[in-house]
Amino acid sequence: MMQVLYYAYLLLKAACNTLADSFLPLINLCSLPPPAKYGGRHTVTLIPGDGIGPELLTHVRELFRFCCVPVDFEIVSIDSKSTSDDDMNNAITAIRRNGVALKGNIETNHNLPPSHISRNNILRTSLDLYANVIHCQTLPGVRTRHRDVDIIIIRENTEGEYSSLEHENVPGVVECLKIITRKKSLRIAEYAFNAARQNGRRRVTAVHKANIMKLGDGLFLQCCKEVAAGYPEITFDSMIVDNTTMQLVSKPQQFDVMVMPNLYGSVISNVCAGLVGGPGLVPGANYGKDYAVFETATRNTGKSIANKNIANPTATLLASCLMLDHLRLHGYASMIRKAILATVSETRLHTADLGGQGTTSEVVQSVMREIESKGPRTSEQI
Amino acid sequence: MAGNAWRSTVSRVVGAMKSQASHPRTFSRGLQTVTLIPGDGIGPEISTAVMKIFEAAKAPIQWEERNVTAIKGPGGKWMIPTEAKDSMDKSKIGLKGPLKTPIAAGHPSMNLLLRKTFDLYANVRPCVSIEGYKTPYTDVDLVTIRENTEGEYSGIEHVIVDGVVQSIKLITEEASQRIAEYAFEYARNNQRASVTAVHKANIMRMSDGLFLRKCREVAENFKDIKFTEMYLDTVCLNMVQDPTQFDVLVMPNLYGDILSDLCAGLIGGLGVTPSGNIGANGVAIFESVHGTAPDIAGKDLANPTALLLSAVMMLRHMGLHGQAKKIETACFDTIRDKKVLTKDLGGNSKCSEFTGEICRRVQDME
Repeated sequence: MMQVLYYAYLLLKAACNTLADSFLPLINLCSLPPPAKYGGRHTVTLIPGDGIGPELLTHVRELFRFCCVPVDFEIVSIDSKSTSDDDMNNAITAIRRNGVALKGNIETNHNLPPSHISRNNILRTSLDLYANVIHCQTLPGVRTRHRDVDIIIIRENTEGEYSSLEHENVPGVVECLKIITRKKSLRIAEYAFNAARQNGRRRVTAVHKANIMKLGDGLFLQCCKEVAAGYPEITFDSMIVDNTTMQLVSKPQQFDVMVMPNLYGSVISNVCAGLVGGPGLVPGANYGKDYAVFETATRNTGKSIANKNIANPTATLLASCLMLDHLRLHGYASMIRKAILATVSETRLHTADLGGQGTTSEVVQSVMREIESKGPRTSEQI
Repeated sequence: MAGNAWRSTVSRVVGAMKSQASHPRTFSRGLQTVTLIPGDGIGPEISTAVMKIFEAAKAPIQWEERNVTAIKGPGGKWMIPTEAKDSMDKSKIGLKGPLKTPIAAGHPSMNLLLRKTFDLYANVRPCVSIEGYKTPYTDVDLVTIRENTEGEYSGIEHVIVDGVVQSIKLITEEASQRIAEYAFEYARNNQRASVTAVHKANIMRMSDGLFLRKCREVAENFKDIKFTEMYLDTVCLNMVQDPTQFDVLVMPNLYGDILSDLCAGLIGGLGVTPSGNIGANGVAIFESVHGTAPDIAGKDLANPTALLLSAVMMLRHMGLHGQAKKIETACFDTIRDKKVLTKDLGGNSKCSEFTGEICRRVQDME
């Protein structure tokens, strides 16, 4: 009896996976979103973070309330100044419970002793959020030096240079270990090619430095090549990271999907975000097998512009749309996304980072007005 | 006892004299010998172009051509030929064209060999927008100073178990101190206002933390220069949006590799970017960082701008600012005029024609 139930469970999981594979746009392929409990409403963990995080996430809650989105937020604060682990453990437990989170960046005070590891990093590794996916697209109405940029960056999120393994054997000599494993490299390559196939992308470029780090990046590259063999319709090539940055600032239109280890991912995603208009415009997603956490692509705290009503909410709002897509609330996601893109194309509403003088609240109000004029139901009309 | 006191005084004086020798020297008269390494591929033709332009400018340089190939020395260690090493040790200044590294040759790359032989610890790349060579970025004027001996490129890698590889990134107090001191001295000698340390100390707490600490310590001795620190990803983000906010950047090996190439891309690529390597014992080798371009070698199509600008950097390092300015202006004027340009700059002139035009302008400036 138990065996029959178990096999039925496996069959159901496989069926759901296939269904997930078939129509989710650029969304994590293997994980099921948690089923909506309590009257069709989802619960999502919200981590305000530091700097501009709290105010922008408050706007997200405001917007969701306005649009009657069936999502409730469980707010878990992490105090970046405390050295105890309780906050982190609470947050991780909450995300495990809810399966999905929306977060701001948590500041890392690097004047504390080295044993104090970055909180964002702990979150990513504990929940095994192995893929960081960033889609950089030129937005209409935003003036940039390069046009027609459309790059998907898939960055390995848990190992590489961010392994936090350092030691000082001899005083004055520090060794930092960069770990590359076959298992995780295959996993991220598989994710990248699968995402490329699902989104109709033609080309995947692996970014590496295997001419210098022959064993480490060499292993990564080899894993990518192995996975590429299983996707004959997708062209696979590789490029050394310094050449990649040079090409990105001169001809970014040549890139399609890029896959890379952790540190290069940080560099490339920031360069691409800068190319399409800056940190205020690009959302990012971190996917694991069982959990998903959404945030801005460039993970900035924005301490200098916090609480001044000048931060650009676009990236955070678009990240919340990615979250809605993940929860299969596609109707709400596309409604909000359309409104955001319409607002971004209006130059007079541009915030300071885009060269304008608009305020955060003006942008959010405009998004709400846009939705009101188009959407079927809002809290005002009920 | 008296003898000891005498000996210690002598050693102190000699030490002071030696430290003076490491500062850039000014040459008011007499020829300075420079070791020229033409390199492979287009190396010889661009070296000839540079020599011709220097001759037209009447620069007080005497070239000593040497070739570098990897030879196996006593004890089985790979090294460069002794004539090349001796020449460089004597002249202390070198100009190098592109060197090719054959794959699976059994020896490390030539660039690496040179780096190890002369302990070239600082790689300096000034990136200045070239008027007349349009890129989406204008008004770029920054310098990247990269630590060149350790960091992620230490080459120490192990396979722990099958499928798990570890690469070791090495950061030492000594090397970080040395590069930070060089960066601030460079800023002072070249009238630059600020130095920014680029790091990732939020993730690599101990290693980049050590680098950052050393930079902060050295900054204390250079109060006239503004010191800031910025995360690598923030630098990348801001660099592609507004490169004018940066002045001098100092960083460990890998970040330096990526950022210096990023900045080269901003001004037009490796074909127009100069580069210099500073070593211990006062050795300095200036080089062009592009490849050997074997497909256009020997066809008089190469662009000597990168090597020429590196040679100009060399003149500045030697204190010959007047000559440097003259040659640099002639080069920029030629590019700005757009009448005689090599193929990669958008024209269809030959290398010799481009060189001739610059020589003509230099002579007109007399």
